[in-house]
Amino acid sequence: MSLRRPAKNQPETFEFSSSSMEEANKIVLKYPKGKQQSAVMALLYIAQKQNDNWIPLAAMKYIAKFLDMPYIKVYEVATFYTMYNLSPVGKYFVQVCTTTPCMIRGANKLVEACKEKISDKENELSNDKSCSWMEVECLGACVNAPMMQINDNYYEDLDKEKTIEIFNKILKGEDPKPGSYRGRLNTEPENNRKTLMDVKNA
Amino acid sequence: MPKLKVNDIEVEVEEGLTVLQACEKAGAEIPRFCYHEKLSIAGNCRMCLVEMEKSPKPIASCAMPAAEGMNIKTNTRFVEKARKGVMEFLLANHPLDCPVCDQGGECDLQDQSMFYGVDKSRFKENKRAVPEKYMGPLIKTQMTRCIHCTRCVRFATEVAGVSELGAIGRGEDMQITTYLEQSMQSELSANVIDLCPVGALTSKPYVFEARPWELKKTETVDVMDAVGSNVRVDTYDWEVKRVLPIINEDINEEWISDKTRYACDGLLNQRLDTPFIKYNRKFEKASWSEVFKIIKSKFENSSKDRVCGFVGDLTNMETGYIFKEFFDRTLNNYNYESRSDNRFLDNSKRENYIFNSSINGIEDADLIFLIGANPRYEATILNARIRKAFVNNNTKVISLNDVGDLTYTYKNLDGQTQTIKNIFEGSDEISKEIISATKPMIIIGESLLKLNYAENLFYLIKNFLKKNNKFTDNWNPLNILSCDAATVGNFDLGILNKEKSLLDELKSNKFEIVYLIGQDNLEFNKKDEFVIYQGSHGDKGAEIADIILPGSAYTEQEGFFTNLEGKVQKAYKASYPPGEAKEDWQIINELAEVMNNRKLFNDKEELESSMFNYLKLQQEKQTSKNKEKTYSEFQNEKLNIHLKDYYFSNVIARSSKTMIECNNSKLNIKSTGTEG
Amino acid sequence: MLKDQDRIFKNLYNDMGVDVKSAQKRGDWVNTSELTAKGRDWIINEIKDSQLRGRGGAGFPTGLKWSFAPKEVGSRPHYLVINADESEPGTCKDRDILRFEPHKLIEGCLIASYAVQAHACYIYIRGEYFIEGQKLQSAIDDAYEKNLIGKNAAGTGWDLDIYIHYGAGAYICGEETALLESIEGKKGQPRLKPPFPALIGLYGCPTIINNVETIAVVPTILRRGGKWFSSLGREKNTGTKIFCISGNVNNPCNVEEEMNIPLKELIEVHAGGVVGGWENLQAVIPGGSSMPLIPKEKCETLTMDFDSLMAEKSGLGTAGIVVINKDQDIIKCMARIARFYKHESCGQCTPCREGSGWMWRMLERMAKGEATKDEVDMLGDVTNQIAGHTICAFGEGSSWPVQGLLRHFKREIVERNNLDPIVQKKNNIPYLVDQHLLDKKNA
Repeated sequence: MSLRRPAKNQPETFEFSSSSMEEANKIVLKYPKGKQQSAVMALLYIAQKQNDNWIPLAAMKYIAKFLDMPYIKVYEVATFYTMYNLSPVGKYFVQVCTTTPCMIRGANKLVEACKEKISDKENELSNDKSCSWMEVECLGACVNAPMMQINDNYYEDLDKEKTIEIFNKILKGEDPKPGSYRGRLNTEPENNRKTLMDVKNA
Repeated sequence: MPKLKVNDIEVEVEEGLTVLQACEKAGAEIPRFCYHEKLSIAGNCRMCLVEMEKSPKPIASCAMPAAEGMNIKTNTRFVEKARKGVMEFLLANHPLDCPVCDQGGECDLQDQSMFYGVDKSRFKENKRAVPEKYMGPLIKTQMTRCIHCTRCVRFATEVAGVSELGAIGRGEDMQITTYLEQSMQSELSANVIDLCPVGALTSKPYVFEARPWELKKTETVDVMDAVGSNVRVDTYDWEVKRVLPIINEDINEEWISDKTRYACDGLLNQRLDTPFIKYNRKFEKASWSEVFKIIKSKFENSSKDRVCGFVGDLTNMETGYIFKEFFDRTLNNYNYESRSDNRFLDNSKRENYIFNSSINGIEDADLIFLIGANPRYEATILNARIRKAFVNNNTKVISLNDVGDLTYTYKNLDGQTQTIKNIFEGSDEISKEIISATKPMIIIGESLLKLNYAENLFYLIKNFLKKNNKFTDNWNPLNILSCDAATVGNFDLGILNKEKSLLDELKSNKFEIVYLIGQDNLEFNKKDEFVIYQGSHGDKGAEIADIILPGSAYTEQEGFFTNLEGKVQKAYKASYPPGEAKEDWQIINELAEVMNNRKLFNDKEELESSMFNYLKLQQEKQTSKNKEKTYSEFQNEKLNIHLKDYYFSNVIARSSKTMIECNNSKLNIKSTGTEG
Repeated sequence: MLKDQDRIFKNLYNDMGVDVKSAQKRGDWVNTSELTAKGRDWIINEIKDSQLRGRGGAGFPTGLKWSFAPKEVGSRPHYLVINADESEPGTCKDRDILRFEPHKLIEGCLIASYAVQAHACYIYIRGEYFIEGQKLQSAIDDAYEKNLIGKNAAGTGWDLDIYIHYGAGAYICGEETALLESIEGKKGQPRLKPPFPALIGLYGCPTIINNVETIAVVPTILRRGGKWFSSLGREKNTGTKIFCISGNVNNPCNVEEEMNIPLKELIEVHAGGVVGGWENLQAVIPGGSSMPLIPKEKCETLTMDFDSLMAEKSGLGTAGIVVINKDQDIIKCMARIARFYKHESCGQCTPCREGSGWMWRMLERMAKGEATKDEVDMLGDVTNQIAGHTICAFGEGSSWPVQGLLRHFKREIVERNNLDPIVQKKNNIPYLVDQHLLDKKNA
């Protein structure tokens, strides 16, 4: 990963919608008085949600003013944390975990599926502009490897075929069901459970 | 006070000092890149690792507070190995471009790698390349060389008070930049060049000009404002190549303003290098004897009260003094003046025109009240000190006017003199604050002194402070913020006319001969006056002159300057005057010889000792006077702050191309509307 | 195998539901005020007696940590911060607590806040766990509604507010001081220590930072007694622990087990054995990606706790066990971990910033067999130059896995990488300055 840069085409202005504004005001209240800068991460995330999953420079400026902090500090935060998209991504934003625990369970097959169904390159919009994908580092669902995240949801226990199925759905604009794709209950050992048997299916 | 051992030497250090400082006290030198005494501790370069007993890992000495009983080793194999490791990492991605790097010869990384570098590179990967960043007309960037010490970022946020620099991205992709690569909006910006331990930030105007070892270095003082920053002037032959700060904890700590640093190219342009005489509105070159002869005959043919002299804003004290002597002894008249406006001045006491609390005193103050001053532009370094007090001690700052961004927050009032009156008659909330403050500072700008009722206000303020016992043995709350290097020196020398306003008389064209010494700020419509201009640059004064006597700039002659606090400092000769030009005192001395067949002084030494005698006498006279005036007449005025164009405040700055670029970059920022 | 009645997280797989009522059935919130009524000292002593060690990786004794909080609240308020920035590859235990046992965590927060005299608690959840965060938030809302937190929380007389702060994709924020920086709205770059957060932490105030699992087990320990907890496992490595078993096993899973359980039992019994049989085992990463791997020979007898793994020059870390079988290229596995660390380095201090990328690039070449013989030892040098020289423990975290690889699989690397360090033939290496010399015969 090289330095993530802001997109070339930037909107001129940005403003919170009324619902974002309400949410933002609520978040600022979580922190002690005078420490409103703490809200910057959450506000960037709100801006990202509002603006089709990416943060324009105008939004950073807007947030800097909103929280009364220097622009550069917002810019630093936005470039430091990888969940902030500084350039447009698909409406369905697919993130495939390829860190070792997923890798050794075949995460590369998921990447193949991405390349086949979405686009050849990472961070490139699919033909219908609805999807983009990228490899990411550990998403913290290692016992359900291999897995991927689409927007907020985790899709677990995948293989290439199941991944393609999911992509077929999102390319049709449907929202596939999140969770395990082998039908197991969360993180229990599949068909091999030896603990807490009395509460199982209770 | 904790006692600890460094390499078996016992040292005792003050509470709160770091291991690094303790090591230095014990004589053990610690290599460092990120650590800087005047900045917060970052501890990120890891070069200052030392061994501490009972710690399995080496510790970063810059970040570890010295504690009782520590046993520190700085000279073991363990330490050397750790530092060598860090050095290898620093060099891994650092380009091998020392031969074309301006930092070469004064590069911390170069120096340290002599001790801790390995002779052979084991790094076989491709080196990282980082695109250059635009940081304005003063700072050239070569970010591939950056070692991410973040000194520049810390300086900008902490000292300069402009959070415009930052480190974006993370890991090995971290890059230092300004917000969207705009130029840095600070008058202290170029200090980051000195702070940068490598060649990532270098001086743009000085790019590829010279190598440090080729330059002659002269320690002297700066004249761009009245602060008197201590500087080092580096010259290559005649040319002043650059100006750098030197440490003076009482004045500029170790910073200088961008104007101090970069107006020096103005010393090369617009120079007067030979005497000129105006014939038919055209200047023609002349010899010294010719011009002296003409001047002599002019003086002889006009009555002595029709002659006047004005001393300028960059003139050193010797020149001012000999000029005064020339009038006193050679011309027998007292028509000389150093003020270029009708500002109020009562020089019966020195405390009436200096910055009494002193610059260091700013850090002790508990309340600062600015009246008619904008220290950011009038005394940049002093403003940095106010910011320091604000940041460290949370000192409250009030300003009568809203003067824009001062790099710290302050309370601003309505800018009316009625408000001053209310406050210093004791009928305002702020009056109470001043009374309850133990060390208040009232900083009066020149703009206030130019008001019609300046005198009344001045005594109102002073008497209020007196009445409330704010003048103590170790604190004087009254401060005048002078803007120009020569101001206080000229006042000390009494280059003023108290009887009448020479300026008004000049404006009504009463004089036949006007002698200007580096005075370019007079506004009058010239009629038949014969104007003699003596100075270094062809500026406004030279334009209206009939005779030009080429003098020297502050880097070309020795001379004393008194800064706004009243400290007398000597400027040393780093270069020599160009062409036929001479040192200013010499010109007057020779002119006096032409006129009276007798020099005023035999040599510079005699001049100096005579001047200091005079100053001493003046000082003694003052202590005997003790009458204080009171005034009651008053009418409300709007106090407007008259700012000189910051980048063009004197002849040298006006001749500097770099200053023009600085000004343009500021204008560009404004016109692109990035503020909104 | 641990008896079910001794399991703390009975809803680990969400068999029962997460709402307050279900949680109360499992024993949460039943007598919270009775616990706090016994006083701060009792709570801290009980935790000390239980010998509970932090579950976030470092294994610092929790009771001791709490006792570092100033005894009296001065002008600065105290804070409790919960570290739910679970990002260590191989670890996904906190995720299950957040989504299935939120009330254990919330009740733990109340008790811990009471013990360290904090009225505000921030839970820092990694941004990717957005759904989990929402589930926790609804549990918090529920708890507010039922007056379990807020003013006079659960009748304890203590006021407590709990806030969630989301991260945004930075592993380093799991480092406690980086986490504080992140809550303060800055880049997640670790702070210099000293000062330690217990005295100068969030917003410059005394702050106690604990992992989710650590806090979530606290109420149960207090209910059943420190003695009960310390009776499980062995001296100084007591209690139960959620193990995450991932990688090449037949049934990867999370399971709560007793400390000091044999690794082989975890793999064979709970995770259904290694894919391809025990003989096909190559190595195991025992405690999340930053712990050095353990080769098969040692896995036979290895028991899983802090001290026994330390003796094997590895560590329990987060107890995220990654099983790697012989079908995998071990060098490639470690190169991928090195890439992770390169990607997640915050860039603040030199050794980690410059070293993590260097290690990754070397390992990538080594995986392909493109390195020279001398580079294998050099890689070891580089890891040693990073470890112990950085601001935070990330330096160790990134270099230990590589050191583990070198310790146990050096032969594989050397076999694959036998290029001569002296360039003999013309390789088109653009940055080799002396390339032209190779064209000459006697060069």
